[in-house]
Amino acid sequence: MTTVIKVENLSKVYKLGGANHNSLRDALASFVRKPFAGRKKEELHALKNVSFEVKEGETLGIIGNNGAGKSTLLKILSRITKPTTGVVELCGRVGSLLEVGTGFHSELSGRENMYLNGAILGMKRTEIENKFDEIVAFSEIEKFLDTPVKHYSSGMYMRLAFAVAAHLEPEILIVDEVLAVGDHAFQKKCLNKMQDVSQSGRTVLFVSHDMSAISRICNRAIALSGGKIVLEGDSADVTREYLSTSWGMNAEKIYENASNAPESEFVRLKKARIINEQGETRGSHDIRNRIGIEITYEVLQSGKILLPNYQVYNEGRVHLFTIQDVSKEWKPREKEKGEYVSVGWIPGNLMAEGNFFVNIAVVTHLPTTIVHFHVREVVSFDVTDPMTGDTARGDFGGKMDGAVRPLVDWETRIVK
Amino acid sequence: MQETIKIKPGNSWLNLDLKDLWIYRELLYFMTWRDVKIRYKQTTIGVFWAVLQPVLTTAIFTIIFSSFARFDSINVPYPLFALSGILVWLYVNTSITMASNSLIGNTNLVTKIYFPRLIVPIAATLSGLIDLLFGIFLLVLLMLYYGVNLTWQIIFAPVFVLLAILLTLAFGTLFSAVNVRFRDVKFALPFALQIWMFLSPVFYPLEILSEKWQAFFALNPLTGILQGFRASLFGTPFDWFSISLSVALTFILFMLALLVFKRMEDDFADLI
Repeated sequence: MTTVIKVENLSKVYKLGGANHNSLRDALASFVRKPFAGRKKEELHALKNVSFEVKEGETLGIIGNNGAGKSTLLKILSRITKPTTGVVELCGRVGSLLEVGTGFHSELSGRENMYLNGAILGMKRTEIENKFDEIVAFSEIEKFLDTPVKHYSSGMYMRLAFAVAAHLEPEILIVDEVLAVGDHAFQKKCLNKMQDVSQSGRTVLFVSHDMSAISRICNRAIALSGGKIVLEGDSADVTREYLSTSWGMNAEKIYENASNAPESEFVRLKKARIINEQGETRGSHDIRNRIGIEITYEVLQSGKILLPNYQVYNEGRVHLFTIQDVSKEWKPREKEKGEYVSVGWIPGNLMAEGNFFVNIAVVTHLPTTIVHFHVREVVSFDVTDPMTGDTARGDFGGKMDGAVRPLVDWETRIVK
Repeated sequence: MQETIKIKPGNSWLNLDLKDLWIYRELLYFMTWRDVKIRYKQTTIGVFWAVLQPVLTTAIFTIIFSSFARFDSINVPYPLFALSGILVWLYVNTSITMASNSLIGNTNLVTKIYFPRLIVPIAATLSGLIDLLFGIFLLVLLMLYYGVNLTWQIIFAPVFVLLAILLTLAFGTLFSAVNVRFRDVKFALPFALQIWMFLSPVFYPLEILSEKWQAFFALNPLTGILQGFRASLFGTPFDWFSISLSVALTFILFMLALLVFKRMEDDFADLI
């Protein structure tokens, strides 16, 4: 099989800073200064020396946390932005779907938007005309074809947009997480369509957070973390390996230097980490398992009741809950000088899927409340649902909303 | 045979990628058509705006210049003289403004999909032609009313319209690219355009100036275009000096704008 995508030593550096950063004056200034002083510019290395190849007909999944470089990689492959160094070779017509409904105009009708969007995606007018009926049938919006899309419901809008995109027939298809929209039935339809595309011998690059979709649709996968490829291989292996490690997540924080550790006159934080039931540091957790938040701290002065207090936030920085040590043993008991380790266990089948961030504090409530220290986002972890059918997700395969996902008891009786 | 696309860093000065523009010609068509279609959506008087603006401006200029100042050097009725200039000016003015804001107004396209970026300002420039078309219809009516005798020179009128389009394209693409990085354009442009209008023979004949100043004003590429457009409409003699200067300047500006645009194009998605 021939290689259709060849990526060699791809890097992308974003220069952060003011709007005038790239002005002629700045460019001259840095040119003069560079040889003499290693002036530190604020740079973001979104991709670092990424190399991989994709063969014809392969379906490659790309996984990684937010900020791992997935979007940058897709943008370079879609020719939206140029790499800083490195070369990409693509053989064949490329169609990329980084967003569904790119270029849709709310004042235009569904029919008009079909043509406009098709042209934006790189389809010829004759191509759209030939597939017109098929696209309309797929979108299920026949009746509203001549209504401006501003009157559409979001579901109708997405269906029409995806219908156009789904009928794009490039040799290489690049898809971002566009499937995380629409209702369940429609998502299923989209996933099936993607499977059809890959089975028809075309090459697909698919980016997703959804590990099960990746392992189902893709035969190969790469995992990105911090702009580098950290895992590569068979998609089932890569997703499994990815979940068992903690790429990108900050599962452990050690304050080696006492001088900048969070502290009060009574207590100093030494270490915080996220652990699994075996006590190993882990950034990624199965939704069914207990997750431990552990801190190691030194009590500097005896005589206070010192209680660990954690606040858990989700990706949207919604404060989900606060947990603190309310155990019979330590809630009323003063701590002597020495080093302590406390673990708070979050029960399995409670967290939703996603990334979570933990604030850590040590507090005293009696006789008066004292916050000894309070540090934001010390450690983080992610939770994934293995789609085994025994979680709160059941057999549902789409995106599940909700801040938490408890597995609750159900009772149903036949009463008549 | 399959085409191979190579994505590399850096951009060369001479690679204009006009072939790519040709491949995407249908997109240019649809983008222009979109801009035309949504131009007067949600307005109550719709396309009537295209007529109202030149009519009112011509009326005001006529009132002012027939009471205060008289331009004796014009050998056509003043309303005709003014309207012919105003039509060209309104097209240049509106289209440069629209084109300059076109890229930043299409951020969702620029950051989500590849296509030759030039299409965006070109479509904005072309969609303004619909207004010009209505304006020219108006001009024809007015010419019939005043009983203007057409001469063979009328065949050159489209050439000058084309030159005006080219000049608009030049400034439109240039400013659209610069606007991505420096939003100052948004504030500086209306002011600059206003000054440009006063420096162009839109509502006054160039002949009111001394010979020395006339030559100086010919450095404004719009001067030759306006002069030539009127000469072809009204059968007056062509001023070859200002026309040739304007043709040369327009082409130089156009090439320069293309080069600058191409040079800046690769960073649009990161800067916008």
